[in-house]
Amino acid sequence: MTPPSETAAAEIEVEADFEELAEKKPWYIRTIEMARQQPLAASGFVIIIIMLLMAIFADLLTFFPSEDNDLEYMLAEPGTIHSDLELTFLLGADQFGRDLLTRIVYGARTALFVGFTCAIIGSTLGLILGVASAYFGGWFDLVVQRVVDVVMAFPLIILALAVVATLGPGTQNVIIAITIPFIPQCARVVRSNALAIREIPYVDAARALGFSNARIIMRHMVPNVMAPYLIMLTSFLGQAILLEASLSYLGMGVQEPTPAWGLMLQGGAEEFAESAPWVAIWPGVAISLAVFAFNLFGDGVRDTLDPKLRSR
Amino acid sequence: MTHLTTKLALTALIGAGLVFGSIAEAAPKSGGVLNYVVGSKIPSYDGHVESTFGMIHPIRPFYSTLIRVNPSNPADPSDFVCDVCEGDVPKGEEGGTKFTFKIRKDVKFHDGTPMTAHDVKATMDKVVFPPKGVASNRKAFFRAVESITADNDYQITFKLKFPTGTFIPALALPFNFIYSKKDLDTHGYQWHKKNINGTGPFKFVQHQKGSFVEGVKNPDYHFKGQPYLDGIKAISAPKLAVRVQAIRGDRAAIEFRGFPPKHRDDLVKALGDKITVQESDWNCVLMMTPNHKVKPFDDVRVRRALTLAIDRWGGSKYLSRIAIVKTVGGVVYPNHEFAATPQELSKLAGYSKDIKGSRAEAKKLLKEAGVNLNFELHNRGVDQPYKVVGTWLIDQWKKGLGAKVKQRVQPSPPFYATLRKKKDFDVSIDFNCQSVINPIADITKFLSTAGNNYSQGGDAKADAIYAKLEKSADPKEQRALIRQYEKRVIDDAMVAAITLWWYKINPHRSYVKGWKIAPSHYLNQHLDNVWLDK
Repeated sequence: MTPPSETAAAEIEVEADFEELAEKKPWYIRTIEMARQQPLAASGFVIIIIMLLMAIFADLLTFFPSEDNDLEYMLAEPGTIHSDLELTFLLGADQFGRDLLTRIVYGARTALFVGFTCAIIGSTLGLILGVASAYFGGWFDLVVQRVVDVVMAFPLIILALAVVATLGPGTQNVIIAITIPFIPQCARVVRSNALAIREIPYVDAARALGFSNARIIMRHMVPNVMAPYLIMLTSFLGQAILLEASLSYLGMGVQEPTPAWGLMLQGGAEEFAESAPWVAIWPGVAISLAVFAFNLFGDGVRDTLDPKLRSR
Repeated sequence: MTHLTTKLALTALIGAGLVFGSIAEAAPKSGGVLNYVVGSKIPSYDGHVESTFGMIHPIRPFYSTLIRVNPSNPADPSDFVCDVCEGDVPKGEEGGTKFTFKIRKDVKFHDGTPMTAHDVKATMDKVVFPPKGVASNRKAFFRAVESITADNDYQITFKLKFPTGTFIPALALPFNFIYSKKDLDTHGYQWHKKNINGTGPFKFVQHQKGSFVEGVKNPDYHFKGQPYLDGIKAISAPKLAVRVQAIRGDRAAIEFRGFPPKHRDDLVKALGDKITVQESDWNCVLMMTPNHKVKPFDDVRVRRALTLAIDRWGGSKYLSRIAIVKTVGGVVYPNHEFAATPQELSKLAGYSKDIKGSRAEAKKLLKEAGVNLNFELHNRGVDQPYKVVGTWLIDQWKKGLGAKVKQRVQPSPPFYATLRKKKDFDVSIDFNCQSVINPIADITKFLSTAGNNYSQGGDAKADAIYAKLEKSADPKEQRALIRQYEKRVIDDAMVAAITLWWYKINPHRSYVKGWKIAPSHYLNQHLDNVWLDK
């Protein structure tokens, strides 16, 4: 029979060994291991990083102007050489003679800016609303949840279209239009988690200690619903990019001459689908790839944060 | 010899066959239903109120007008023929201030009531002298009319305050549907917005909102033997791609408004001789209107700089490949005798072929005005040609003036609301689309008093020139006055600028015969002379 003090010392030693072992693994090894565990999420992550780099360093990565017309090269085929600039239209040119690759690279800025802004604002407001609704309960919860029911009754694109139709097109209004439908979606998911947390004794303990409602929500409840929050946020990213592209395609989003993938499709898909298919193909590929990447990454985040879902 | 005779006989036989064959082919055939696609909605059936092709294309075949553009020669802006009147279009008596029309005795409304001069008078009274609270979109075209009198059942007389060349073209407007006096008296002036009772070649059958309008041949039509078609079906198709595919798949035979050049090329490439293409200049122009009440556009130097920076000749060359715009012109429809010649145009701001020189002058003007341009271009959410031209203009101003321009695009209803009511724009895309070519009436848009002058400004000198022009009866003097007016409104005072004139392209199924393209998508839409060679 080992004395208790010795057992405790041994346990501490074992924990220290584990920490040491864990610390010994360099970050890239751990990254590779994670990538092996989640290969699809990793490939999504790589695409997202490439898009981010494209968006940040668009000025350095491109040589053609993104917004200036060059009508002599309108609908130039991929591989056409610009005789004055001595540059090649690698993916071809659009109906205004603008290099498609350049506009796709700059379009990543618009897509990611709108995507991240909408996803972060929408899911954060949803988080606060969901946790508050669960924490306060009663009539407040009832009213908030009925409002959430009403907003969620509308399909995402319909609600976004209605908001843009009211406010008018433009980047700022598109962000508002996309963000609004995200709030109730996130609020509903977060509330269901927060309801369970509200019943855990440490929340009662915090209340008994006289902490303010704001402190209990922000310090004790919000950190415990971060998993669903992060899952919603990553899923919103892809949805926001797709919605921005849809609204721009319908002529209700970003406007010319700003480079945006949906807008590029709108300008070219219908009219030049037969005579210059490259005008529609490349922006379509960019949108698909971006949404695919965010969805893969989102699934990976969900599997990591909520392992129970893996088997489903 | 026998061999030669046989050869000659054979040649004669083949020749005769060809001649008779071609005659037989040219003779209209009766029967069939014409399916055509329409890209806009029907706000109401009332031609006196509406001004959209969305109403004209499906509804015009149910109505007649007093006179109309000659359907066999719709390209000629001065060739008018009688519709419900008899004989030739009158020339005008008493120094061109009196016009008497004989009315046909064989015209019947679709409800069986005979049409008389009293119906024509009641109709024209509604158009020219509408009672308070009753809308009439073309009232301004008849400013010269003093009185309308039905002399008897089959004669009507118009008396004018002064002679004017605008009266007869205004009378031929396709919107002047003849209504029954009985309907107007019984049901009031709003009835025709939702009901149809005309004297046109087709009788209204049904309107499935958002889907189609159907009409059937009127057996009592006053032009005997016409219409050739058994019926018409106007299919609603707001998306351009759908309209193109409808013709490609033969679900529709024609679209009367016009397609962009790329779609023409695609259709011809896919269908070869099964497609016939008709093209024409279009009495429709896209304009650029600065808001004179918003700084810095209250300064004529800034407004002139905007027009000087536009390379219209270059734009025409390239944009005509992707959009329904083409012709460089001044304020008058380009093919008209009153239109400016290229030499006359080159003297106006923004029309010089030396674009570098023009832009240098524009920059100098901006420098004098102490302005760095940073503004919003207000545009309509319609691709062809609004958004294409808008994007092109932004680039022109960026290159020519270093201007930073954002585009604000609005769907049609709020776009019109911004121009007409809110007026909260810096510079807007604007348009002047007319039906019958009537230059003296068409150029009123620039007058400071014109309801469709959205610039919130004008030019007193131009107004004075127009007052003289309106009362002039001499074509030479009219032309000279128009030049002076043009110089004021698009150059010296730059009330608003002309960008490029539209160009109409109508690819249609080759079996559609008898329809001739007109310089307006509003004209020649009664369809009584159309037949199907199937």
